[in-house]
Amino acid sequence: MQSGDALLDHLFRRAGFGASASDLQAVAGMSYAAAVDYFVDYDKQPDDVDSKIGLPDYVSVTTRGQFSPNTNIDDARQRWLFRMVHTRRPLQEKMALFWHNHFGVGYSKVAGAVGAVLGTKMMANRAGETPGPQGHYELVRQMALGRFRDLLIAVAQDPAMLVFLDGRTNTRARPQENFGREVMELFTWGIGHYTEADVYAAARVFTGWNLRNVPGMIANDPAAYQEFLYNAAQHETTAKTFTFPINGGSNTIPARAAASGMQDGIDFMTSLASHPDTARRLAQKLWNFFVSDLDAPNPAFVDAVADVYRRSDTEMRPVLRFILNSSWFTQSGNFNARFSWPAEFVVRSIKEMGWTGFSVDSARVPLTNMGQTLFEPPNVAGWQLGRAWFGTGQMLARMNFAATLAANQKFNLARSFTTTDRAQAQRVLNAMLQRLTPAPYQSVELNELLGYLNTGGPWTGSETQMNAKAAGLARLIAGSGEYQFV
Amino acid sequence: MATKVTRREFIRGGVAAFTVSFAAPAFLVDIARAQGAVSRNLVVIYLAGGNDALSTVIPYTDPFYFSRRPAIAVPAGQVLQIGSDGSGKALGLHPRLTGLQKIFNEGHLAIVQRAGYANSSRSHFQGTDIWGTADPNNSGGTGWLGRYLDALPSPIDPLAAWNTSGATYRALTGTTIAVPSITNPAGYSFASPNAGAEAINERNSAIRLASAAGPDRPNLAFVNTSAMEAFATLDRVGSVVSYQPSATYPNNGFAQALRTVAGSIAKGIGTRVYWVQTGGFDTHSGQGNAGGGGYATLMSTVGDGILAFYQDLQNQGLLNSTLMIQFSEFGRRISENGSQGTDHGAGGLMMAIGGPVRGGIYGTAADLNPRPDNSTLENAGGDVTYETDFRSVYAKVLDGWMGADSTAILGGNFRVNAPAFI
Repeated sequence: MQSGDALLDHLFRRAGFGASASDLQAVAGMSYAAAVDYFVDYDKQPDDVDSKIGLPDYVSVTTRGQFSPNTNIDDARQRWLFRMVHTRRPLQEKMALFWHNHFGVGYSKVAGAVGAVLGTKMMANRAGETPGPQGHYELVRQMALGRFRDLLIAVAQDPAMLVFLDGRTNTRARPQENFGREVMELFTWGIGHYTEADVYAAARVFTGWNLRNVPGMIANDPAAYQEFLYNAAQHETTAKTFTFPINGGSNTIPARAAASGMQDGIDFMTSLASHPDTARRLAQKLWNFFVSDLDAPNPAFVDAVADVYRRSDTEMRPVLRFILNSSWFTQSGNFNARFSWPAEFVVRSIKEMGWTGFSVDSARVPLTNMGQTLFEPPNVAGWQLGRAWFGTGQMLARMNFAATLAANQKFNLARSFTTTDRAQAQRVLNAMLQRLTPAPYQSVELNELLGYLNTGGPWTGSETQMNAKAAGLARLIAGSGEYQFV
Repeated sequence: MATKVTRREFIRGGVAAFTVSFAAPAFLVDIARAQGAVSRNLVVIYLAGGNDALSTVIPYTDPFYFSRRPAIAVPAGQVLQIGSDGSGKALGLHPRLTGLQKIFNEGHLAIVQRAGYANSSRSHFQGTDIWGTADPNNSGGTGWLGRYLDALPSPIDPLAAWNTSGATYRALTGTTIAVPSITNPAGYSFASPNAGAEAINERNSAIRLASAAGPDRPNLAFVNTSAMEAFATLDRVGSVVSYQPSATYPNNGFAQALRTVAGSIAKGIGTRVYWVQTGGFDTHSGQGNAGGGGYATLMSTVGDGILAFYQDLQNQGLLNSTLMIQFSEFGRRISENGSQGTDHGAGGLMMAIGGPVRGGIYGTAADLNPRPDNSTLENAGGDVTYETDFRSVYAKVLDGWMGADSTAILGGNFRVNAPAFI
């Protein structure tokens, strides 16, 4: 819903998933800079959102037997959606989504290799809830605003990634190149900074970065898990020479004893993470995510963000604080200047239209039809963003989700208007536009929406009329082009 | 009839002209029928991830095939015989490609060996984009099918092409056309929280809302155009849901997408270009051995799905109006890695399938001996060098099947040395 402050609304859409009434209460009276700190220093709010699952007053989840978000991927999807709707740490979930897209690990390949139970654990196990390491999404969520270098190394040792890019079978005699290539092409500095020979060398760096089964477990036992293993016997120990310096020094990672060979990978990723070209590439992606994907990254923004990134030793928290306080972010020309991702659209719709009696499970299939199945980016490069979200079928799925949600909330919506508002169609429209927050309409669209309310009979504000028109209006707004921007 | 309305005008403002009533879909159906008079379809099949061409069409008499792939080589006794290529090299299909062998034996499968381009990109994303733009020096901009669609007489039917995948592809990107991506016709209908007249009021308002933004709001107009195209195509796409195929399709995404394509062709909804993709070809590990394992599953998906589609069309007399072409962004490295897999390589494989296809094996297989003077290999003998420029296959499709001018669409003459599969 609208706060009355367009900049604060913008902050909620970009650093979060829009605002419910209780979200606005949390920042009431704060200056803008203090509100940014509220988002960025999210550790000050408890991470207690999971404890609300199943309680009244919150969006529902649908249980099939026991709710098992650590071992059942559909439940994991429900938990993530629940968190996005009700978290008190919106930027943490937002950055988790950003990193999920950045690292592109998909559930299907992981589960195809290790089974559905272990595959879900590898994607979504919350630390301590079942035995074994935390899942990929939990990892990027936990490290969302920490040092990128640490995140990169953790992801390289993450079981889901070791399955997804085949590191688990990268061995000494015949190194394989999947992770070694993508860590450069996609996770750090991007194509154009390395050669094929560098890919071969990188493949050798990561030999022996494997997984091990914890013994005595069977695959579909929720207690079973796999964990990272540096397998010294499978590490290729000779020197690896690149076409670029490693950590500003020699182009060669020296030969090492097998026992200490894991340092090859640490050195390599440390070098990549701190490289100016990685800083710039991350800055560009952050521009497109937080500032605008209608305009190309502003060079001055990229320079400034890359500078903050390197001065903060790759830590993301100062980077995000800088971005959200920057004039690039706060200028009104960049409000509603990004095509929303389906998850953003769905969650904002729920937060604004209402959730009493609605289950996030009802959003799972629509999200797939919109082109964003959580835990299932189409490939390691993540989703295609921007205009690519708006294929015909995908847009229809958005409109139809708006209809599904509006139908579900029909009576809640109808009763949400004061007697005064109900008396006039124009006031109903105005009140609805306080509740739902599309990019500003022009008069032609406002007249059309008003025309809809006045179609089919004179306006009376009767209960019957409100039941039909409030839901129809909500669906028209949430399904309109203007609502697809954040 | 408003034949002067261009696609661009349709997107930017012309929509208002026919959004007042439900006449719009009928209007577009007429266009579709007129444009579909030739009734030739193209189905592009993309194997996502970089298909290991040497495991699809197997040089089973090359000793280096076995010595360089000790774990994953398919035993010679298992391959499906298809004879020899022009250089006399014996070749066999993967044992799970029984469907393609049948089509080959009927003379309707053309195999184009070593298709690719110089300095092949080993990146999935750059490589896929290059196959899309048809310009190895430029992976950005419009795609070859998008440019084909742009050149159709306007107004172009919004369903002139149909992407059955949820992702967008460079190949389908044009300047005046936004190819609809429709993964599931069953869900392709207008939903409303209300019923009856109130739902119709709402639908009319939604259509008018989506046509309100002019060219001064291009990003909004872009989103609205996708909504408009949905409204304009709902009824035709919906008609495909009731399709009863004459063959049994396997229950996987690829085969079901082909089933939808067959339904669309059979219902005559006017679409002429279809895009179907199936993934999992980035086989860095677990390709399997002795003809089984992960790669065998991929081959079953491809071969069984295509055979069902082929037979379905054949049964209905539609095979002669349908051309399938298949590609992947690159071939894979010749030597296996230690994960029973193969890494990113160069020269790949294309196929053309359908009634108009002159079947056979085109081009020559690589000699897999990594000796320095072996011109069929590159990258120190690591990868297969391309022989047939992939654009010459596109040229043959455009000129020989689609009735287009390939030189204009491809930005050059690639007709020379094009394999004569049509």
